[in-house]
Amino acid sequence: MVEGLKAGTDMLCVITENNSESRLTAKADVPIGHKIALVDLKPGDTAIKYGEDIGKIVGRVNQGGHVHVRDLKTKRW
Amino acid sequence: MAPNNGLTFHGWRRENKRVGIRNHVVILPLDDLSNAACEAVANNIKGTLALPHAYGRLQFGADLDLYFRTLIGTGSNPNVAAVIVIGIEPSWTGRIVDGIAKTGKPVTGFSIEQNGDINTIAAASRKAKEYVQWASELRREACGIGDLWVSTKCGESDTTTGLASCPTVGNMYDKLIPKGIYGIFGETSEITGAEHLARKRAATPELGEKWYRVWKAYQEDVIEAHKTDDLFDSQPTKGNIEGGLSTIEEKALGNLEKIGHTSQFIDVLEPAVAPEKGPGLYYMDTSSAAAECITLMAAAGYVVHTFPTGQGNVIGNSIVPVIKISGNPRTVRTMPEHIDLDVSGILRREMTIPEAGDALIDQITRVANGRLTAAEALGHREFVLTKLYRSA
Repeated sequence: MVEGLKAGTDMLCVITENNSESRLTAKADVPIGHKIALVDLKPGDTAIKYGEDIGKIVGRVNQGGHVHVRDLKTKRW
Repeated sequence: MAPNNGLTFHGWRRENKRVGIRNHVVILPLDDLSNAACEAVANNIKGTLALPHAYGRLQFGADLDLYFRTLIGTGSNPNVAAVIVIGIEPSWTGRIVDGIAKTGKPVTGFSIEQNGDINTIAAASRKAKEYVQWASELRREACGIGDLWVSTKCGESDTTTGLASCPTVGNMYDKLIPKGIYGIFGETSEITGAEHLARKRAATPELGEKWYRVWKAYQEDVIEAHKTDDLFDSQPTKGNIEGGLSTIEEKALGNLEKIGHTSQFIDVLEPAVAPEKGPGLYYMDTSSAAAECITLMAAAGYVVHTFPTGQGNVIGNSIVPVIKISGNPRTVRTMPEHIDLDVSGILRREMTIPEAGDALIDQITRVANGRLTAAEALGHREFVLTKLYRSA
């Protein structure tokens, strides 16, 4: 986790559950703690975190892009 | 400093055998009208602590019951050595005094009607001086870690609370609950989104059903009855969104990391009700507002609070030390005076969650032994009663 991530940064990605690693290039400036799309996302997709459904994708986000409240909503309301 | 194995601490064993880690002499107002007299007594007699609050007049029904439970529970907390209660009239003042007296600790009530503030302050100050000098001679004794009651609630949550500071508290509970401590979590609204997982953490299916009824009642009686659109402006909060949390599910799943992975909760408590089923993890039906939640848990008898924060909540409590834990490197850098335990190393892969859990256990025992928390040193004394509905 880093502060002030800039577009174009080559990122080390870690899945904490099993400590597995992969690499991805950031496509946007992303504030600390915010989410990045691991794959291309389209409206209707489901976002998974902690192995659970955390909501539906409502905007189009390319792999490496910033995912937040504009693109991801709860399915509840 | 001697190595700390985390298994013992020194506390004050009270008349009812519960162990406190602070030794407050509290000047407790019955009602809003009595705050001024209580603050005057606390100003007269050094080492006493007034707990001003906003309520106590014209409450009725379940709201009045909760008010009495919270005030009696606060005075009964083992972090409190002795209590002066001041109220506008003698009847309800006596009810608070009688409730606290069941613990066996010294408690005396004073009422203002027919006496006036000045005579009341003089009489209460004399008694408060007697109590504080008596309390100052009480000595700590060695206690097993199982004598600690440790509560938790997080605030200003963000991605780092779900991934670092909440799992740190969870790891602490996984290690200390088998050693006999009492734990507790709450925040009914913030479990929305993870209710299917919380229900499964009940010790029995019947208890899971009881928990689900409490959660469902909150949805129906509070959210559906009072909402104007949805909770989008409140849950997640602006601070949560700034910290990267997008949905209430994402927030709830991170929040629930606080209870670890091995313990099941053994009872579902009404707000400010003391646990009665022995050592273990409990759930309390609380608001997710930090000061209200911690006040209710303190009123149930919990003596130390663990508080994961992401964006930097500065909360403390009047009678319970609040240990703040953050995994957010920006928060730890920009507001270090508020953070008792920095676990940001977890997100840099410099620290494991079990290591962070051990560091928290060490911090808890140090605070139990007398180390002031950041909130205590900074003078944070949030004491906030929960109001269920408007007064008559």
